[in-house]
Amino acid sequence: MADLRIDFAGIRSPNPFWLASAPPTNSAYQVNKAFEQGWGGAVWKTIGAPVLNVSSRYGGFEYNGEKLVAINNVELISDRPLDTNLKEIREVKSLWPDRAVIVSAMVESDPKAWKDIISQIEDTGADAIELNYGCPHGMSERGMGSAVGQVPEYCSMITSWAAEAASIPVIVKLTPNVTDITKPAEAALSGGADALSLINTINSIIGVDLDDFHLKPNVGGKGSHGGYAGPAVKPIALHMLSSVAGLEGVQRDGIPISGMGGIQTWRDAAEFLLLGATSLQVCTAVMHYGFRLIDDLCDGLSNWLDEKGITSVEEIIGASVPRISSFGDFDLSYKTVARIDPELCIHCNLCYIACDEGAHQCIDLMVDGEKIDPSSYQGATKAIPVVREDDCVGCNLCSLVCPVDSCISMVEVDSGRKAVTWNELTRKRPGVLDWDEMKRYREEVGIKIH
Amino acid sequence: METSRLPLEQLEQKFTEIKPPMSRREASIEATRCLYCYDAPCIAACPTSIDVPTFIKKIATENVTGAAVTILEANLMGATCSRVCPVEELCEGACVLGSDHKPIEIGRLQRYATDHLYQKGIMPFVPAPANGKRVAIVGAGPAGLTCAGELAKLGYEATVFEKSQLPGGLSTYGIVVMREPIQVSLDEVDFIRQLGVEVRTGVEIGSDLQPDDLLRDYDAVFVAAGMGHVPDLDIPGEDLTGVTEALSFIAETKLAERDGLERLASIPIGRTVVVIGAGNTAIDAATIAKRLGSERVVIVYRRGEREMPAYEFEYAFIKNEGVEFRFLSQPIEILGEKGNVTGIRCVAMELTEAGHDGRRASRPLPGSEFVLPCDQVIKAIGQEKHLALYRSFGLELERGYVKVDEQFHTTNPKVFAGGDCIRHTGEAMTVTATEDGKRAAKSIHSWLENADAE
Repeated sequence: MADLRIDFAGIRSPNPFWLASAPPTNSAYQVNKAFEQGWGGAVWKTIGAPVLNVSSRYGGFEYNGEKLVAINNVELISDRPLDTNLKEIREVKSLWPDRAVIVSAMVESDPKAWKDIISQIEDTGADAIELNYGCPHGMSERGMGSAVGQVPEYCSMITSWAAEAASIPVIVKLTPNVTDITKPAEAALSGGADALSLINTINSIIGVDLDDFHLKPNVGGKGSHGGYAGPAVKPIALHMLSSVAGLEGVQRDGIPISGMGGIQTWRDAAEFLLLGATSLQVCTAVMHYGFRLIDDLCDGLSNWLDEKGITSVEEIIGASVPRISSFGDFDLSYKTVARIDPELCIHCNLCYIACDEGAHQCIDLMVDGEKIDPSSYQGATKAIPVVREDDCVGCNLCSLVCPVDSCISMVEVDSGRKAVTWNELTRKRPGVLDWDEMKRYREEVGIKIH
Repeated sequence: METSRLPLEQLEQKFTEIKPPMSRREASIEATRCLYCYDAPCIAACPTSIDVPTFIKKIATENVTGAAVTILEANLMGATCSRVCPVEELCEGACVLGSDHKPIEIGRLQRYATDHLYQKGIMPFVPAPANGKRVAIVGAGPAGLTCAGELAKLGYEATVFEKSQLPGGLSTYGIVVMREPIQVSLDEVDFIRQLGVEVRTGVEIGSDLQPDDLLRDYDAVFVAAGMGHVPDLDIPGEDLTGVTEALSFIAETKLAERDGLERLASIPIGRTVVVIGAGNTAIDAATIAKRLGSERVVIVYRRGEREMPAYEFEYAFIKNEGVEFRFLSQPIEILGEKGNVTGIRCVAMELTEAGHDGRRASRPLPGSEFVLPCDQVIKAIGQEKHLALYRSFGLELERGYVKVDEQFHTTNPKVFAGGDCIRHTGEAMTVTATEDGKRAAKSIHSWLENADAE
């Protein structure tokens, strides 16, 4: 079994899985239960300014019968009295010295308020503080949460107050509700953050009730934006993680990142690790299924590492980061084409219609070697989709819609062209930015667009 | 024979539709599983060419009314077909998912959509303005009702004549309750009536009205009279009490179920029942007998297991019901005491070489007679043809069935025909009868339009 232990800015935990600051970490009862089942750490639900919550609080995004593909919420930070939270955090940490206990905090933008809360948190014996710069609803209107996270200057200033006051690591949790996440990330680092975590929830309206026209969730006839999370946000989280993980300052100083946003399975977790996360935070999946998910998260990750011959999870952290590139550096001569295995084809014709109407019209339906006209064809005999490879642009669409595993594979072929990137081409031959010259260039190297 | 062999609660359970209706969520999840094939094989496998992927996608988006309309546009008997079609042999058998995991439950999804429409009482079709033309339809089964409904949509005054007291044909009288309760069929008839069709029941052509009356008063006639009763075995003892024919027996249970469980329980049933024949009707009759509480039900068939005409899934089903089979056995006499059945004498058979139809026939083995004691005998050896009716319309026949061309035109220029009465080859299914009715309506329409043009 692979070693799943991690060291995150000096915080050790037996595995990389932490509960995110959210309803599952609202009380000692819950965190104790989670630790009993094997969670490596927990970020306590944000404590700080006094709040009042509303009912109802959550809206679910159901897709094709799958419940909670995403959730959104208008729940605020902890509404339990500060003293109760601090007392319970102390109890939990003393019961579980080997687990990561991190406290999320959010107070008004005042140096004294931050100093006070940090000293109270440190008194509990917690391992770190996470600054909540992300909450996009309720708190942001009061100048906290994402209202801070969206303004790099505030982000830097408040981080510096916290960093000065704290003797334990300060983690800054970033909001995704910005155009460029690297700006607040760099601001947090310039303010002295020891680590970053991302992403917090995304601004969203989960839906409208078609019976009564109310927004979801319906709070007494009114609705508003809330924070969006769950499996559907994973690709956005992965992008933001990759942006931050690739930052020069992060690379140079080895700033640890706690990744989150849609992690539900060990496979999701592995992707976050590969893109540079050291610890992983989970919320929606646990809200949906309970703490028991930790078993497969650890077991699956460990088995995968074993199969790869990797002995420690730390070896794969950031392993895919060097492969993060950009469009301008892609090799324009690299070419793949789709190949369809007629033996595996089940004749759903989804590749055909996707290519014909949604892509590049390079799949023909063939019956006994003859191309047929599908509009007049009555499905009685089984047509075989065949790719015209000369016309295939290698876009992947057919292989993505194919319901059969490995029926359509994307195969690398020799384009017959020399390797060149867009950046190199436009540097060497800036004329291609004009259509006439572009046409000449295409003819010279043999690029045909059908 | 005895009544009330089973307590009412058990009877209720045994006479409920075998396949349960789908819940909203079940339908939604199953519909989502559909790949939405382009030019899908299930469409080609449906004799009425229902656009299956389209109606299933509509269920997935909760546009259930739209789904039902997609079905009914292709097949006005969609609710019956969803229950009685041999889907394993048709749409579900063609589903591309069958090879990999399991096919989409197209039949149950179709039932979910059509039931929704009838429960809501929605009439989605607006018939064309009346065109002044009248068509008479003989027989209110699936072929006749479909033809009438399609003609009504085109603006025709369509009148259906049905000799039975209730319309619906075999959907009403012949499909066992556990597969289609009578109300489903009657709802379907109501839908056809709402399209403007007049359905006159208790009117027999040849006695209450003559063919000439129809030929005189209507612009065209569509003959969809189906088939008649089960013929006699022509063996001694057939007049004993306890001998019945399968279709009447099934019809009795259909009507009884509609009137309540007490009425169902009042049907006398034998302790040991012998069913003669091994087609789908025989299977149905045996199922009913068993479910009414008969202790032992034996199907007696003169040929072998492989030769039996029932569907494979029907055979699998009936074996689970605990029905026994005596293959290669030919009844030669029904035995009785004091006018009641006490047994059936059979002779063992052996298979002969395959005939020109590829099926092996059988012949008696001399000296192999045996007696099966029983107190009820149900005959299910096919159906009689309405030869007198066909002849009274002056129709040419082909092997006892009405001869039609590809346009369902008979040899009488004013008469079209469809449904089981023309089906001298291939399987007689509700769905093929429905397709006949639909296509015959188009033929009648174009024939009458051409007649106008000339």
